[in-house]
Amino acid sequence: MDFNDTPQEAEFRKKVRSFLEANAEKRSTLAAKPKGDSGSSISSAGAPETVKGEDAAKVALDNAKEWQRKKADAGFAAILWPKEFGGYGGTPIEQVIYAQEEHDYFVHSGYFEIGIGMLGPTMMAWGKDEDKKRFLPKMITGEEIWCQLFSEPSAGSDLAGIRMKAEKDGDEWVLNGQKVWTSGAHFADYGMIVARSDPTALKHKGLTYFYVDMKTPGIEAKPIKQISGSANFNEVFFNDVRIPDSQRIGAEGDGWKVSLTTLMNERLAVGDPPGLDFDQIFEASKEIEVEDGLAVKNSEVRQKMADWYIQSRGLQYTKYRSMTALSKGQTPGPELSISKLVTASKMQDVSSYALDLMDMSGMVHQDQNPILKNLFQNGYFFSAAMRIAGGTDEVLRNIIAERVLGLPQDERSDKKLPFNELPSGKN
Amino acid sequence: MNFDFSDDQKLLRDQARKFLQDKCDRKSVRSILEDNQKNYDSDLWSQISELGWTGTAIPEEYGGLGLGMLELCVIAEELGRALAPTPFSSSIYIFAEFLKSYGTDEQKKKYLPHIASGEKIGTFALSETNGKPKPSNINTQHATGKLNGSKNPVSDGESADYIIVAANSDSNSNYNSLSLFIIDRNDPGVNISNLDTIDPTRPACTVDLKNVSCERLGDEGRGWEMIDNIFNRAAVLFSFEQVGGAQVSLDEAKKYSLERFAFGKQIGAFQALKHKMADMYVKIELARSNAYYGAWALSTDSNELPIAAAGARVSASEAYNYASQENIQIHGGVGFTWEYDCHLFYRRSKLLSLNIGSIRQWKENLISNLEKRNIV
Repeated sequence: MDFNDTPQEAEFRKKVRSFLEANAEKRSTLAAKPKGDSGSSISSAGAPETVKGEDAAKVALDNAKEWQRKKADAGFAAILWPKEFGGYGGTPIEQVIYAQEEHDYFVHSGYFEIGIGMLGPTMMAWGKDEDKKRFLPKMITGEEIWCQLFSEPSAGSDLAGIRMKAEKDGDEWVLNGQKVWTSGAHFADYGMIVARSDPTALKHKGLTYFYVDMKTPGIEAKPIKQISGSANFNEVFFNDVRIPDSQRIGAEGDGWKVSLTTLMNERLAVGDPPGLDFDQIFEASKEIEVEDGLAVKNSEVRQKMADWYIQSRGLQYTKYRSMTALSKGQTPGPELSISKLVTASKMQDVSSYALDLMDMSGMVHQDQNPILKNLFQNGYFFSAAMRIAGGTDEVLRNIIAERVLGLPQDERSDKKLPFNELPSGKN
Repeated sequence: MNFDFSDDQKLLRDQARKFLQDKCDRKSVRSILEDNQKNYDSDLWSQISELGWTGTAIPEEYGGLGLGMLELCVIAEELGRALAPTPFSSSIYIFAEFLKSYGTDEQKKKYLPHIASGEKIGTFALSETNGKPKPSNINTQHATGKLNGSKNPVSDGESADYIIVAANSDSNSNYNSLSLFIIDRNDPGVNISNLDTIDPTRPACTVDLKNVSCERLGDEGRGWEMIDNIFNRAAVLFSFEQVGGAQVSLDEAKKYSLERFAFGKQIGAFQALKHKMADMYVKIELARSNAYYGAWALSTDSNELPIAAAGARVSASEAYNYASQENIQIHGGVGFTWEYDCHLFYRRSKLLSLNIGSIRQWKENLISNLEKRNIV
């Protein structure tokens, strides 16, 4: 039992380190972080950071593209992709090692994660050769950014309940409807979309998968302002959007199968959750006064913090177990599925408890808040979203119960009826 | 990264599991639970001693197998799964570890071979009163080679041949006055009376000491420091027992939920129960991972041990308490009968979360060690 790399892994890590050292700026420790950074790292979780003002947004995007270009030139942009599409042809453990090392640097790869992690692999598995040649290289270099148009107002946890219409008209398809929770739709060049091509078929059978140019007439993206005040996602409206049949991926009616390829890759694509955790409240507890002195010396506070410590480190060591499996060429166990479930609630508990410790000053949510610069105020909002995004707590518990523990699936009324006869509360 | 047990260690685990399925079924656990005269399963004890389990982590020169602490962790998990009614933890995790760490060569030669062979049993006597043992409530005194006082509760005291006793070695009762002494339970001044426990398969007793002869173990006045260290080591081993017991609690809850029908379907198909079992699984996996980290720290003599041990202890205690409670809940009415086995785990989980200090105490240990590390 040890934490050492194998010789090959150590060699790869060395290569990654020397690339990062030569090309990027290293993050400092918590205490030495530049002012305001701890707050913004919360908002950048899993989705590109919202930068205030259009100019700032453009600068951030340009910087990210420049970084992506460097990564691609060095071969590190898509570690799991085969070399023929510009990838590194590497192993999952190498991808983990790269992510670990890059985590210590001030760089933004969030804009490209959905494309490289989820949509590229879908195109590789189901797309036509000419499309692979045309699109995959530019996906890697960041020249073209992709978004994923799956969720809809009435298809969230029940993703296959998609209502976006795809109607065939000669050699074209006409798309009408609305997508939602689309990260990056407002700056993406292309998107992959699932739509209902046959409402009279069973729910999972009547779907078809396409790619679209986001500049096609009739597509309109509107940012969604979230509880936190920032806008990381969009609603995307499709009004008589015409696309050629050549943009179909997979056969007509195979949309759900193709989507599963995209979704299976989601787990690998979504990065580490942001850092509002034991370490932050432990630091804060040394600054905050409660009724009997510093919070860190209060017995109740210490008991609470111990809970968060064992959850936080328990997840970290669980990740080590998964990495061990990867390192031995095995598929990591289902233990990965617990990470977001635990992290999101922990963050909500930590931030809510920290605000309590601050007492009246916990009300204040602006930049000069002296305690870790709004970290907990931001976390209080962000964590509420995190318990829902990427699978709600309830969906995750169902997944663990059914896929890990092998308990019976929920009874469903939507597997036997044609989609247009399903109860929806609307018809 | 190789954060896992080796193939040999996994083989040992499989063998131990098979052996215990065969030799330590629920009937034998209940035979100790239901018989007031028996403190442990002596047949099982001789068999696991013959297999060498008792000597797993005792060096060969003192009669053990000379394997490492990781092998002992593997065995601990299996003993926990089987609810083994033996004094293994008192004699091996605690008594043997005290001797290994603080015994003179002469003491090691005198005691360890008998402990390794299982022919003698050792334990440790610390507590004297309600609540957490601390300098102000330890009154047992040492003077001129004799001990006087009363200890309670002492785990496995009735079965023990040797007992390590914590006593003040001067007239004060402060942090620097506690020392450790080894006594022979056959000394005429030793009087042992049985105590009922919440888990009768893990017995305890009162040990009264009247002018009992003793020999000192380790340095005078370093008692608390030694206890902290040995309890840290034991905490990791106990955490594996706890993870083992928690896993079986979940497995049995799941099995029952698939057999029992209500409202026309398996009760395991109801989300309220599915989600409860998912929560059990999450806590157990976190506990297992924290226990692995403890095992790493224990086996490498890392200075992370106090933090790793406290993390493993808290995480595993909470996981087992939760899993055994909710196992009863999922079983419904039969869950709180004597006939069903749920209570065996419910008893054991709570006892294990108290025997070397409560969750509350270990959370405090965890945070104070993190504070110390930060200052360094």
